[in-house]
Amino acid sequence: MLAYFADGANWVGPEGIATRLAEHLWYSLLAVCIAALIAFPIGLVVGHTGRGRLVVVTLSNVLRALPSLGIMTLMVLLLGLGLIAPMLALVLIAIPPILAGVYAGIANVDPDTVDAARAMGMKESRIIIQVETPIALPLILGGLRAAVLQVVATAAIAAYVNLGGLGRYIFDGLALYDYARVLVGAVLVTALALALDGLLALGVKRVTPRGLRG
Amino acid sequence: MNWLINNFPSAWELTVEHAYLSFAPTVIGLIVALLLGLALGNRPRPRTIATVLASAMFTVPSLALFVIIPSLLGTGILNPLNVVIALSLYSASLLIRTVFDSLDAVPADALAAAEAMGYSTVRRRLLIDLPLAIPTLAAGLRVAAVTNVSLVSVGAVIGVGGLGQLFTAGYQRDYPDEILAGIIMVLALALVFDRIIAIAAFLLTPWVRAARSAVPRTAGFGGRR
Repeated sequence: MLAYFADGANWVGPEGIATRLAEHLWYSLLAVCIAALIAFPIGLVVGHTGRGRLVVVTLSNVLRALPSLGIMTLMVLLLGLGLIAPMLALVLIAIPPILAGVYAGIANVDPDTVDAARAMGMKESRIIIQVETPIALPLILGGLRAAVLQVVATAAIAAYVNLGGLGRYIFDGLALYDYARVLVGAVLVTALALALDGLLALGVKRVTPRGLRG
Repeated sequence: MNWLINNFPSAWELTVEHAYLSFAPTVIGLIVALLLGLALGNRPRPRTIATVLASAMFTVPSLALFVIIPSLLGTGILNPLNVVIALSLYSASLLIRTVFDSLDAVPADALAAAEAMGYSTVRRRLLIDLPLAIPTLAAGLRVAAVTNVSLVSVGAVIGVGGLGQLFTAGYQRDYPDEILAGIIMVLALALVFDRIIAIAAFLLTPWVRAARSAVPRTAGFGGRR
């Protein structure tokens, strides 16, 4: 395995580590962005109004039990190979943590603070954007962090349905009984997950409003 | 749906295997987390270290863990034990925080009362701390169990994993019905696990029903972390 990493030829080219890493990041980023576009507004509205809470909790629980491998393989059979099927599975995985983070963050904002903003004549939409969202930012980013981790982990499975990414090493290695290559893939996915998690943890620390820092 | 009806015996067999592969890690994870939690709960330094290690453990993707474990332990790659060990690690790291939280939530008055009545530490732990921690503990356990049910199916890509084999087989044979059957059974199994834990917690905490308050209800929320 170390020999594989040490050989510079394994890092470049269309099959190289750099390309696979870029593919993995691209799938993950795309999935998290799509999921955020869906989950963010819903979380804001439900958190602000308190309506639909039960639906959000139930939906998140059901989605968490949904097996991503099953969704992915089913969608490939129904829609054909390509980006859409795995993306659908990844988006479904990313929605619950983002939704939970946004919802919990907004719902936990001190009602007195919201009332104060209201008393100052702020419109509801302005309250959400200028008061609740900044205060909720640590929890929102916490949810985003969980989503990124899950998506990076699951994107490794996408190679099973013929997509690129770091999972390629794992599946090619398994098919060829090349155990070193399997480990290369596993180590790279883990390193990527740890690195992204560390970066996002720093981000969470930075955006925490000064008044809320412990 | 037809596939499920026509092949119910073999689907049932896979469901039983799946149930075992997700049940065992949930129980092992709970026991490990409880022992560690009780031992470290009152010591700030080890507790912080345990929490950090647990969250690092969680960043390791499941597929990676499934293939790393055999090389670390010398188990064969097709050994179901790999999946059990990997998911036990996840469950323990997920539950350790829950154990800390649930023990913190035990009212200090109850502990003081037990002490005043002359309870030994062990007896107090078993008869006061643990039972009062059940509601919070159960919420975390439900998350762990459902996550395990869903993650076991990933094991199918390396050749083990109960119902996940319906996904790989259905995919290779271009047969969506079989995959759908697998998804349905996984969801059903997750629901059964979730309900069993919820009902067990309900039955084990008669005082909660009597008081109908006091204990904070943490919604089972927040993903795999």
